[in-house]
Amino acid sequence: MLSYILRRTMIMIPMIILISMVSFLIITLPPGSYIDSYLANLQRMGGEVEQSRADALADRYGLNDPIYEQYWKWVKGFPSGNFGMVFSEERPVMDVIQERIGFTILISVLTLLFTWILSIPIGIYSAVKQYSFGDYFFTFFGFLGVSIPNFLLAIIIMFTGLRFFGVNLSGLMPAAYMGEPWTLAKIAEVLKRIWVPVVVVGTAGMAGLIRIMRAEMLDQLRQPYIQMARSKGVDEIKVIIKYAARIAVNPLISTVGWLLPQIISGGTIAGIVLGLPTLGPKLYDALKIQDMYLAGTIIFINIVLILIGTLLSDILLALVDPRIRYD
Amino acid sequence: MKNNDILLEVDNLRTYFDTRRGLAKAVDGVSFDLYKGETLGIVGESGCGKSITSLSILNLVPQPKGKIHGGEIKLHREDEVVDIAKLKRTGKKMKDIRRKDSAMIFQDPMSSLSPVYTVGSQIMEGIMLSHDVDKVEAREMAIEMLRKVGISPAEQRINDYPYQLSGGMNQRAMIAVALASNPNLLIADEPTTALDVTVEAQILELMAELQQEYQMSIMFISHDLDVIGEISDRVVVMYTGKVVEVAEVEELFYNPSHPYTQGLLQSIPKIGRKKELKPISGSVPQIYNLPDACHFAPRCPHRMDICTKKEPPTFDLGGGHQAKCWLYEEGGENNEG
Amino acid sequence: MNNPKKQEKITKDTEITMGDPFKAKSHWQLMWQEFKNHKLAMGGIVVLIILYVSALFAGFLTPYNPNERFSEYQNIAPQTIKFIDEDGLSAPYVHPVVGERNMETLAMEYTVDESQKIPVDFIYRTEDTYKFMGLFETNLKLFGSAETQIFLFGTDGLGRDVFSRTIHGARLSLTVGLIGISVSLVLGLLLGGISGYMGGMVDNFIQRVIEFTLAIPKIPLWMGLGAALPQDWTVIQVYFAITVILSLTGWVGMARVLRGQILSLKEEDFVKAARAAGAKGGRIISKHLLPNCMSYILVNLTLAIPGMIIGETALSFLGLGLRPPAVSWGVLLQEAQNVRAVADYPWYFIPGIFVIIAVLAFNFVGDGLRDAADPYH
Repeated sequence: MLSYILRRTMIMIPMIILISMVSFLIITLPPGSYIDSYLANLQRMGGEVEQSRADALADRYGLNDPIYEQYWKWVKGFPSGNFGMVFSEERPVMDVIQERIGFTILISVLTLLFTWILSIPIGIYSAVKQYSFGDYFFTFFGFLGVSIPNFLLAIIIMFTGLRFFGVNLSGLMPAAYMGEPWTLAKIAEVLKRIWVPVVVVGTAGMAGLIRIMRAEMLDQLRQPYIQMARSKGVDEIKVIIKYAARIAVNPLISTVGWLLPQIISGGTIAGIVLGLPTLGPKLYDALKIQDMYLAGTIIFINIVLILIGTLLSDILLALVDPRIRYD
Repeated sequence: MKNNDILLEVDNLRTYFDTRRGLAKAVDGVSFDLYKGETLGIVGESGCGKSITSLSILNLVPQPKGKIHGGEIKLHREDEVVDIAKLKRTGKKMKDIRRKDSAMIFQDPMSSLSPVYTVGSQIMEGIMLSHDVDKVEAREMAIEMLRKVGISPAEQRINDYPYQLSGGMNQRAMIAVALASNPNLLIADEPTTALDVTVEAQILELMAELQQEYQMSIMFISHDLDVIGEISDRVVVMYTGKVVEVAEVEELFYNPSHPYTQGLLQSIPKIGRKKELKPISGSVPQIYNLPDACHFAPRCPHRMDICTKKEPPTFDLGGGHQAKCWLYEEGGENNEG
Repeated sequence: MNNPKKQEKITKDTEITMGDPFKAKSHWQLMWQEFKNHKLAMGGIVVLIILYVSALFAGFLTPYNPNERFSEYQNIAPQTIKFIDEDGLSAPYVHPVVGERNMETLAMEYTVDESQKIPVDFIYRTEDTYKFMGLFETNLKLFGSAETQIFLFGTDGLGRDVFSRTIHGARLSLTVGLIGISVSLVLGLLLGGISGYMGGMVDNFIQRVIEFTLAIPKIPLWMGLGAALPQDWTVIQVYFAITVILSLTGWVGMARVLRGQILSLKEEDFVKAARAAGAKGGRIISKHLLPNCMSYILVNLTLAIPGMIIGETALSFLGLGLRPPAVSWGVLLQEAQNVRAVADYPWYFIPGIFVIIAVLAFNFVGDGLRDAADPYH
């Protein structure tokens, strides 16, 4: 097992190098550079365009260097935790990420708990009571969940809050609390709002999980070992939990790996609509103004999270399913 | 081996499935008796309702589509007679019967044991449900059980997962799980179909031995007449959810009465027999909206007018031999012995 | 009567069947029979037909050109065509909207003048012409009025008719998915088919490509590529670029399903038999493997389209996809980005409802197909 993990980790190294290239490629695809969008922005706001300052900036950030040199400049800092500069804020990328990673992880973990705690029991219920009213209800709810894009759900929830309850649910706290030290009042404010992104991002995921869990349960409930267990006189509730659900949940475990990268990309669009202080909206801003090192780093972290997540899934799966062996 | 005490009486059992394509009468008016200590073979092609009959007896018909619609399944227990057809599927009594009186083994040994628990823990579970013992004692009994079914070294194999055993070993393990409760009734649903011929012979031998030891009745379900002939005392032949013939095993093989049984017997090869193999023409009809007539009529070489018009009753041919065929309308006349 | 041998002679060669129950039905017949019983799926089909037909006849069904501005009617609430007045049934009419400038705030304020009833003509001829289905010039509209304007879904901040824009928007939004899925289909069929059929090194390589594609997060990739589209591209160019971006990730699912199917089918006896009989690779793929995967492909296709519709909507919503003057649901929803605006003018969200309905319908149909493809489960 240990050697398997080691081997998998070794394979990840060339993958990560490849990923850093792809990430860099994605962010350098748009024509022009940060300087162009910077100048365009200045012009739009009626600012004076100083060509000399632009040139100096471009020089400082090495934007006129050949692309492979820019790439090299970026990746050579990785081992020491240096991911380059955020042009628009003139500070290291790491600073911006550190600032936002806390809320990003908090929202993701809450979303994960929210979806799993609800969807597994619902999936089991729907399968056991197949074709019952409850099953139809949850199935329909599941359809709605996957069919409403989460940024539209975000708009609907915020609209409802504003129009019918007169509360503004955007952001994680009222502007007055921003940058203030953490007090009970601030925590209360955050708690009052954090459910919105959790529900918005969680709903689609939950619908999917319920569907997988239900299908897997139905599949397992048809297996002969279920009838065998029943024929022994095992209590029905035990047949369902100890036998069927125990195996039905395995495929869900392999989706844990997919949830990890969702930390960043899952709530991106909803995050933009909701104005969350998380990494997704930052990526959007960075892409728009071609703040390439920031965007590249977020994409890079995202892909690395996918790799780690997949590995994590495989390890978890091996732990819960004795049939899976590594050699 | 067989005595005249009845263990199980199945009377006019009807188990239907409410599918989206209509009502499927998987078991439609099945009646037979099972005596203590005997092996009753149930034979028929796939889809004839033999498996559903066996699941009905344990009240394990797949939900929510399947349901026992009528009939009686009377189980003679130590101090009472229970009609299983009237019991609640997950009720206390039903569970008690499953724990102490009956056991079942299935066709596919690989998928009939949970892949995530060891063989030992699955045997122990059954033991602890039927006997009042603690974990340590249950483990001892489980090892003993594994020995009995010929899995060795039992002390080590008890910690194996099903995937670590071969198909034949798994089938032995499953028998161990089933017999752990020391049942009076063992239902074996095609227990050897998935196995090699040599392994099949071993398993059949094992079952015969264990039957002697435990004095239990076996309901042995198979599509394979050879296997049925080898292990059964009496045989029930089923077709489209109905019993078409019942007889002692030798009577059935030497003197088959229903054209379907005759067809089945003619379609199996025998060494030394020069006669050409004759398959039954046509195929088994789907069990939706079947007409109120003899369902074998379209394939029957002896078809008469009445066969497509009216369902034949069961005629008693004497000596416990019964056939559901219009050929025997005027008393027990036999054809081609 | 009792002599079976006699009977045997009579009926030996005659084949009688006892009617329908004994007859086997083809896979597609069974599938259709199952599908018909799936009420939600049938409902989904009806909704989709209505949506696509509306998109096709958008010019006829809507009263205005989607980009036409009525500067005197900004942010008007939806109006309804009424068929019943206080005297009971009446010829169709609307109450006109009267705008007045508030001299203090200098903003226009609109009121519905319930005292007036302006008749609405069905089958109405406008002054402007449009191209009917892009084929010929006509000025025939489903409804309109010579005396007033009718805004069924209200107007936006520039005084454009949300109803006309929404129905016209369906053209781009609903076809992006179809075209995107066709590209995905071709890529997926090709790579998945080859991967499953050839096995070995080729399979291994394609599998790695698939894994890598899956490892690239969809949203950032879409956003990155969307941001990369040159600002000066025409609507058509951007449209096709978007479909390509969406299919870049879309083919993977198709390829995986197909590969899995082919891998298991390859082990089936009928395929082995065909190979033993000397059938060549291409023939085995086209005659034996693909037809048996068709239902899975169909299910996968139907379930992949909504993802593409959502993708286009999301990208355009963020300003990274289609751009005005193109009219798509995502473009229209840009107006709804500001929640305050939605709170004041809820009708900005109507295109969003259309997105949800279309996606829901596709999901219902896909689910029905999935159930129907596997009637024995």
